[in-house]
Amino acid sequence: MAEIRIEQLRKEFSGFTAVQNSSFTVQDGEFFVMVGPSGCGKTTTLRMIAGLELPTSGRILLDGEDVTMRRARERDIAFVFQLFALYPHMNVRKNIGFPLLAQGMPGAEIRQRVEEVAKLLRIDHLLDRPVSGLAGGDRQRVALGRAIVRRPKCFLMDEPLGTLDTEFRDLMVHELRELHNRIRATTVYVTHDQMEAMSMADKIAVMNHGVIEQFGTPREIYDRPRTMYVADFMGSPPMNFLSFSSGLAKGDSTVAILGAKIAVPQIREDVPLAELALGVRPEHIRLDDASPIRGEILGAEYLGTTQIVSVETPGGLLKARIPADEHVTTGEQVGLALSGGHLSVFDRTSGRAIETALFEGAAHG
Amino acid sequence: MSLTTAHSVIEPTRTSKRIAGAIVVAYALISMVPLFWIFATSFKTPPDSISYPPKVIFQPSLEGYCNLFTTRTRQTREYVDALGPATTLCDEITRRRNMVIAGPSNYWPRFINSLVIAFGSTFLAVSLGTLAAYGFSRFKVPLADDLLFFILSTRMMPPIAVAIPIYLMYRELGLSDSALGMILLYTAVNVSLAVWLLKGFIDEIPREYEEAAMIDGYTRLRAFWKVVLPQATTGIAATAIFCLIFAWNEYAFAVILTSGSAQTSPPFIPTIIGEGGLDWPAVASGTTIFLVPILVFTILLRKQLLRGITFGAVRK
Repeated sequence: MAEIRIEQLRKEFSGFTAVQNSSFTVQDGEFFVMVGPSGCGKTTTLRMIAGLELPTSGRILLDGEDVTMRRARERDIAFVFQLFALYPHMNVRKNIGFPLLAQGMPGAEIRQRVEEVAKLLRIDHLLDRPVSGLAGGDRQRVALGRAIVRRPKCFLMDEPLGTLDTEFRDLMVHELRELHNRIRATTVYVTHDQMEAMSMADKIAVMNHGVIEQFGTPREIYDRPRTMYVADFMGSPPMNFLSFSSGLAKGDSTVAILGAKIAVPQIREDVPLAELALGVRPEHIRLDDASPIRGEILGAEYLGTTQIVSVETPGGLLKARIPADEHVTTGEQVGLALSGGHLSVFDRTSGRAIETALFEGAAHG
Repeated sequence: MSLTTAHSVIEPTRTSKRIAGAIVVAYALISMVPLFWIFATSFKTPPDSISYPPKVIFQPSLEGYCNLFTTRTRQTREYVDALGPATTLCDEITRRRNMVIAGPSNYWPRFINSLVIAFGSTFLAVSLGTLAAYGFSRFKVPLADDLLFFILSTRMMPPIAVAIPIYLMYRELGLSDSALGMILLYTAVNVSLAVWLLKGFIDEIPREYEEAAMIDGYTRLRAFWKVVLPQATTGIAATAIFCLIFAWNEYAFAVILTSGSAQTSPPFIPTIIGEGGLDWPAVASGTTIFLVPILVFTILLRKQLLRGITFGAVRK
């Protein structure tokens, strides 16, 4: 098991920068998820860690050892591909044992190790089947088995659940996390699905256009987004933004918006007059007729325990997550109360979050 | 066609299936007539083979095969009668025509030449083609498109157009009438076809397979050997058949460049006609035997061939 340290990693393809000076550290035994839309550079970063692509500049350290220019086979890592890459001409047993064969391990030992791993993944009854007939979940387990069997320094996974149907995916998310809790192997996991990222990760990096927008625990990422992009990408429905323009001073604890003064976590920097946005998660909005922020209900999505209500306000469309038993009618005028302690303020030009007391909670979040 | 029965758009109706079936059967029968005629003629006697109207029902004879495998000399009746009893069936057949067997013909040596040259060049063309196709498929080869076009362009001109220059070069190099020369020549002609066909097949094999193997501790060469090759067998088999058929049937170069020890069957078979009149049964039996290797090879690889010629049409 190992720590993975990425320093100023950069990858350019002809005339296009896929990854721009990324730096981060994955601690030993951590489950680290890189999340972002397709083309954001997350897979390229993963492939550079694996040694399938060479970086344009920067360094990759595995357990303190510089492996930047090493061949993939010399890095002692395992990779799980999106399409599993199970060898169709071999059965399950041979597929799982294939990495051990490369090491020249004696047949009896390979047999034993393969069976151990198969038991761990509960696929021991499938060992002598051809891989072509397997169901998606079982193919996934075989691919994992092939990765685990070698006891590598770390696991790299490229959207391994991307091709499974939803039902299976939820099951595998749970299984993967459970497996990780048991073997505690450093894992780098790439996905475009923010729910997958939130439910599995110890640490998340949100990537966009080759840049890491934010690195942190799922809680930090969700509760204290550093950029508007992160706030928008994580969460479903995403964070709401109310536009306003104003200047802010250090120590302010309210902002003036839509003719109302809204309590926000105390501002920690001076901001000259700028285009700003107030970010509020749907679950931090309540219907409250006493509130000065008013809007018209456009519709409601019923989700069982909660409902998502769309409200048109003078500052833009807001989506609020409110209890399902609250009765709302389309066209109704309502007041909206925002829960002050959870609000974020962003500079709309740069997309950056303004420093507030919100981030000081980060240490004990 | 009745309008009341519902049928899916994709599923053909019974009638159209029958018509299609009938066309296929008719086409197959028509294509097989010449083959059948060759096969039948090989078992006819020379008089039966040229009788008019042609005989479909006849007394089978092995005379064609005897004549194919032997050279004979004409003798007087008295000389033939004075000989001891015939030892083999061919002896007997030959003597009836007032001839005696002088020795074996060149048919088998020529046939073996054909086997060596065709299989040798096929092996080389497919091996080189596979490696080149893998390279073009997986690596950033500078000017890859131009190189591939160049390789294809060698196929645009009929090979026989360069027959004279090759004849002169081969004479200088001492490659005329040698099996090695013919293997090299057929390899050169076939390798372009092999590269193009195989590149298509290898492109279809996801890179992830080799990448997985390389991460799992294999060198690229071993990954190629253990992971790519087994999955390319269909394509390799299909390509091999195409190369083999070309090399096996090739006539023009063989006529120009081989005359003696390296002569292949195609230029040899017509020379049988000249020995003692128009011996069609001997030519037909030579042709029949000549057809066997391709037939066997094709039957053995028919599954791969079928998948090979429809490749790209069906998603795996």
